[in-house]
Amino acid sequence: MSKKISEEEYRRRLTVRMKQWISGEKDPYLGNMEIVPSKEFVPDKKKMEQYQEDRDRVRSKAYDTEHNPIYRFFRHFYKAAALVCCLALITILMVEVSYLPPVGSDKNPGSNEVAAKYIEDGLQDTGAVNIVTGMILDYRAFDTFGESNVLFIATCTVLILLRNDKKKGKGSAEQEEKRDSFYEPKNDAILQTVASVLVPIIVIFGIYVILNGHLSPGGGFSGGAIIGAGLILYLNAFGFEKTERFFTEKTYKTVSFCALTFYCLAKSYSFYTGAHHLESGIPLGTPGAILSSGLILPLNICVGLVVACTMYAFFALFRKGGF
Amino acid sequence: MQILKWTQFVLGTGMLFLGLLIFVVQIFGVFKFKYVLNRMHAAAMGDTLGIGISLIGLMILSGFNFTTLKMGLVIVFLWCASPVSSHLIARLEALTNPHVDKYCEISGEVKTRLEEENMVEGEEI
Repeated sequence: MSKKISEEEYRRRLTVRMKQWISGEKDPYLGNMEIVPSKEFVPDKKKMEQYQEDRDRVRSKAYDTEHNPIYRFFRHFYKAAALVCCLALITILMVEVSYLPPVGSDKNPGSNEVAAKYIEDGLQDTGAVNIVTGMILDYRAFDTFGESNVLFIATCTVLILLRNDKKKGKGSAEQEEKRDSFYEPKNDAILQTVASVLVPIIVIFGIYVILNGHLSPGGGFSGGAIIGAGLILYLNAFGFEKTERFFTEKTYKTVSFCALTFYCLAKSYSFYTGAHHLESGIPLGTPGAILSSGLILPLNICVGLVVACTMYAFFALFRKGGF
Repeated sequence: MQILKWTQFVLGTGMLFLGLLIFVVQIFGVFKFKYVLNRMHAAAMGDTLGIGISLIGLMILSGFNFTTLKMGLVIVFLWCASPVSSHLIARLEALTNPHVDKYCEISGEVKTRLEEENMVEGEEI
């Protein structure tokens, strides 16, 4: 038997409210959450005029689209070229997709002899108990090298975008940092005590993860991230004056450059000798020992250093615009 | 021996379920409350008590070995880290929210001390 209910009661039902919420009629946060009231947008007349003027100036002086036929031509040409490039790329990729092996075939790359080779001969070839580390730092070391370089390039890009060169006065890095962290706790006793206990443990754990990369799960990337997190915690607790005693831009440059160069040279040597079937002269050691598996341990250290420095550099650049 | 194993199992799973219950309460609290400090209180409870009880349950289940020690260290780490982060959030809220008196009482002494601590450093701006 159906029961008649008022519309008010009907609207209060859970299912109806759920339906409203899904369809977006009702904002569940409106009136419930703390929201900063948004100001009504009032177009600033002066700014609009300035904007229009700038636009006209660019149009007429810098590019002169109305009188210069070459510019006019290229404006259309670029659009057409972009369209053609996109279509060509789509076509190439689509054609390539049609050449992919079918799903479930036993001739797929996923089930070929490479993976089996890694698992069977990994320990013998690389000397690393952890097969994944043996793979990324020995068989496919150039891939990892590229990844480390990507991190370095990312830091360089952030440096270009966010670097604050001003040393003194208004808008200098110090002042900007002070204004940004105006309400943040500066010399918080609780944070400092906990940080002074935790930071050494975190850094030691990171070093452990890096050094045991070829024996247990872990390696340069994860260990470096742990050390970077420890450094960031130290920076948050004690401020830039303390960290700048041991980590400046110069340190970052030196450490990253040395690590990447060593990686490049060591792996180039290893690949050169390997490709020419020469004796590389790097002892593999007994598997399972900490000083074993040839180049993997130093390469892990290099990757860890680059990752730790990159983490810290990102944080410092976003926080202060320099370090 | 059999009885010992059964007690271990029952105790471990019981602790685990208790921890899960606390997590459920935490999530309910985080989404039910509206004010920052209330929500933070609920969230911090799960991060310390909930995870502590769950990990103790897992420690009982796994027996006496190296993994147990690692889990104990995880508890120590989380109990160091989580209250400190909650403390920082609460401090920031007490400093920046001008209407904090509407929600909770802060004694004038604490407030002036908090403000003083921040003002000394940021005087020049």
